[in-house]
Amino acid sequence: MDSALIPKGVKRCPIWQFALGLGVVGAVLLWGVYAMILCWFKGLNQTNMNDYYGFALWIWADLAVIALGGGAFFTGLLKYVIGKDELKNIINYAVLIGFICYSSALLILAIDVGQPLRSWFIFWHANVHSMLTEVAFCLSCYFCVLTIEYIPLILENRQLDKVPFVHNLSHTMHEYMAVFAATGAFLSFFHQGSLGGVAGVLFGRPFAYREHLFIWPWTFFLFTWSAAAYGPCFTLLVTRITEKITRKQLVKDTTIQLLAKIAGWMMFTYIIAKIIDTVYWATTTAPSLGFTLKDFYSNNPVYGYWILFAEIVLCGVVPALMLITPKIRSNRLLLTLATILAVIGVSLNRWVMVLQVMAVPVMSFDIWAMYYPSWQEVATTILPVAYGIILIMISYRYLPIFPQEAELNPLEPEADMAAAAGTEETTEEVPEPGLTPAEA
Amino acid sequence: MKHSGNFGKPKRYGMVIDLDKCTGCGACMVACMAENNVPFKEDESKKLDSISWLQVYRLTNGKPYPDAEVCYLPRPCQHCAGKHEGHSPCVSVCPATATDYDQQTGIVSQIYTRCFGCRYCMGACPYHARHFNWWDPVWPKGMEKYLNPDVSARMRGIVEKCNFCFQRYQKATEKAHAEGRRDLEENEYQTACTQACPAGAIIFGDLNNPKHAVHQIAKPNLKKGGQPQNPKAFRLLEELETNTKVYYLSSKQWVQDAIHKPHLLDQKEAHH
Repeated sequence: MDSALIPKGVKRCPIWQFALGLGVVGAVLLWGVYAMILCWFKGLNQTNMNDYYGFALWIWADLAVIALGGGAFFTGLLKYVIGKDELKNIINYAVLIGFICYSSALLILAIDVGQPLRSWFIFWHANVHSMLTEVAFCLSCYFCVLTIEYIPLILENRQLDKVPFVHNLSHTMHEYMAVFAATGAFLSFFHQGSLGGVAGVLFGRPFAYREHLFIWPWTFFLFTWSAAAYGPCFTLLVTRITEKITRKQLVKDTTIQLLAKIAGWMMFTYIIAKIIDTVYWATTTAPSLGFTLKDFYSNNPVYGYWILFAEIVLCGVVPALMLITPKIRSNRLLLTLATILAVIGVSLNRWVMVLQVMAVPVMSFDIWAMYYPSWQEVATTILPVAYGIILIMISYRYLPIFPQEAELNPLEPEADMAAAAGTEETTEEVPEPGLTPAEA
Repeated sequence: MKHSGNFGKPKRYGMVIDLDKCTGCGACMVACMAENNVPFKEDESKKLDSISWLQVYRLTNGKPYPDAEVCYLPRPCQHCAGKHEGHSPCVSVCPATATDYDQQTGIVSQIYTRCFGCRYCMGACPYHARHFNWWDPVWPKGMEKYLNPDVSARMRGIVEKCNFCFQRYQKATEKAHAEGRRDLEENEYQTACTQACPAGAIIFGDLNNPKHAVHQIAKPNLKKGGQPQNPKAFRLLEELETNTKVYYLSSKQWVQDAIHKPHLLDQKEAHH
C-alpha cells in the first residue's frame, strides 16, 4: 500500500505489521498524553513533587535525554568539522536520535513548569546570571539546528525527492550542513555545560556545589564532556537495538568501531576528570561548607556509597576500558554491554545531580527527603520514549536513514517476485554504495 | 523592586529571634498567613506541600527524661545577601528575574506575576523557605472578604515566600514621604510575626541602623557579610556564606552546637 514511499533498494515489513507496532506504541503514547493533559489542566498537584522535591523525575529525564542526545552534536562535529568522513554512515541516525531527545526535553519542560503559558518569560525577562536562562536559549536554538539537520532527511523521501524544488533544497541544505553542524556543536557545548552549571552553582546545596573556573563551575565542563562521551554510546545502542528488531545489519562495523573507539577515549578521559572532581569535592569543597562525604551517603534508605561506585566505576571506568580495548570493542556482544553500562552511567550521573541534590538535608535539623513519582509522572516520562519509537519507526520506514542498508542487505530474487505480487516490499535499484542518499 | 525609592541610606532589614523566649505557640505562623493571604488546604496533614512562609521547627537534644530539652526555631525566609550584596542563592538562579533583591532594603522579593513555576529557586534555597502553589487557593465561604487588600492572592503554579511583609514597608514609606520624611522610625515598619509573638521573641529592624534593637543585639559585622559579634547569636548555615539577615539567639550550648552538628539532634522529631 505504501511501497511507493519506501526508499529504493530496501525491504520493509508488511504494512499490517507496521500498523500493529504503531498501534501498540501509540497506545502507550496516548496514556502519556492523557497524563500530560491532567498535569496541564489540573496542575502539578498531579505529581508527587513537593516543596522539598521541587525537581524530580521529569528534570532527571530531561537532563538524561539531553545527555543521551549528545551523540548528534558530537558525531556531527566529528564528521563535518573534524572530518571523520566514515561517520556519514551513522550521522543521519545520530541526528534523528538527537532530534527525538531534544524535542522530548522541550516537551518535558513544557509539562514541568507550573505556568506553561508563561514559559516565554524566560526569554522576555531573561536573567542573564541564571544558568537556566542559558539552557533555555541554547536548547531552543540547538533544537532549531537539529530540525534543520533533520529536514533534508525528510526531503529525501522517494516521493518528495521527485519534486525538483525539494530535491534542490535538500541538496543545498546538505552542502551547508557543516555550518549547521558547527553551530550545533557550539550551542551544545554551552547548553550541556549550562545544565551542569544548573547544579554546580547551587552554593546553598553543598552536595551539588562545585568550585568555578571564571563563572563556570566544574560541572559545566563535566556535563559537556560526558554528553560528548556517552551520547555516541546511546546512538550505538539504539542502532544495535534497531538492527536486532529489523534483523539486519544497518551500519558497517568500521563505522561502529570508529565511533565506539572515539566514545571510549572520551569516556576514559572524562572519567579521570570526574574522579578528580569527586575527590576534590569530597576532601576540600564539602568540608569547607561544613559537610563530610558521609553526610551525603548515610542515614537514608536509598543513597549509599553504592551509587558513587555504580556511577563512576561500574558504569564509567568499566565501559570506558571496554571501549578503548580493541579486542573487547570488536565483540558485538561486549560492545553492546559497554554501551548499556555507559547509558546507565550517564543517566545515573544526571539522577544524582538532580534527585540526590534535592534529597540531601542541608540544615542540621532537616531530614532526608525521599520521593517516588506518581503514575502521571511516570506516564509523562514514558511519553517521549513512545514518541521516539514512533518517530524512529516512521523515519526508518520511509526515509533513507541508513545509507549502507541496501549494500549490506541486498535484496533476494524473491523480493522482486513479492513486489510484483503487490506486497509491501520494494525492489528499486540500489543506490551507489558508500554515498549518503542525498549524495547519491 | 530593585529601586523602591530614594529613602536615604540603604537599609538592611533583618530579624533577631530569641530561641530562649520562643514557646513554639505558632502565633507568628498564623499572623503571617493572615497578613499575607497565604492559602491553605482542606487537609493540612501533608506538610511537604503546605505553604507556610514561617515554619516553626522543634529541636530536641535527643536525651531521655529528665535531661530532655526542647527548643523551637521559627524559620522565615532568611533574606540572604550572598557573598556580595544581592547574590542570594535563589535570586541568582531565577531565569525570569521573578525573584529580586532590593538593594534599598535588602529584602528578597517574589514577583508573582512573572514567576512561571520552574522551581529552580526552591532547589537553590537550603532553608526550604520557598513554597510552590500546588493548587489554586480556595478560601472557605466568606473568607475572601477578610483577605488583606494590600497583598495579591497567588495562583496555582508559582512560587511564593516570606517578604518581610513588604507591603507594610511600602505603606510606611508612602506615609513618611507624604510627611516629608526620608527615613522610617523603627516602629513604623514591623512584620506581622514580630507583632504577633506574645513572648516578644522576634525583633525586627534595620541591621545597618545602630539605633535599632536588631543592630544592638546581633551586632552584625558589616565588613564580614553581617556575621554576628554577639557570642549568643548565630545564623543558619553560616559556612555557606549565604549571609542571611535572620539571627538567632540562644544561651543553650546544645542548641548552638546542634545547628552545626546534626547528630546531636533527634531527627525523627525535627518537623513541627
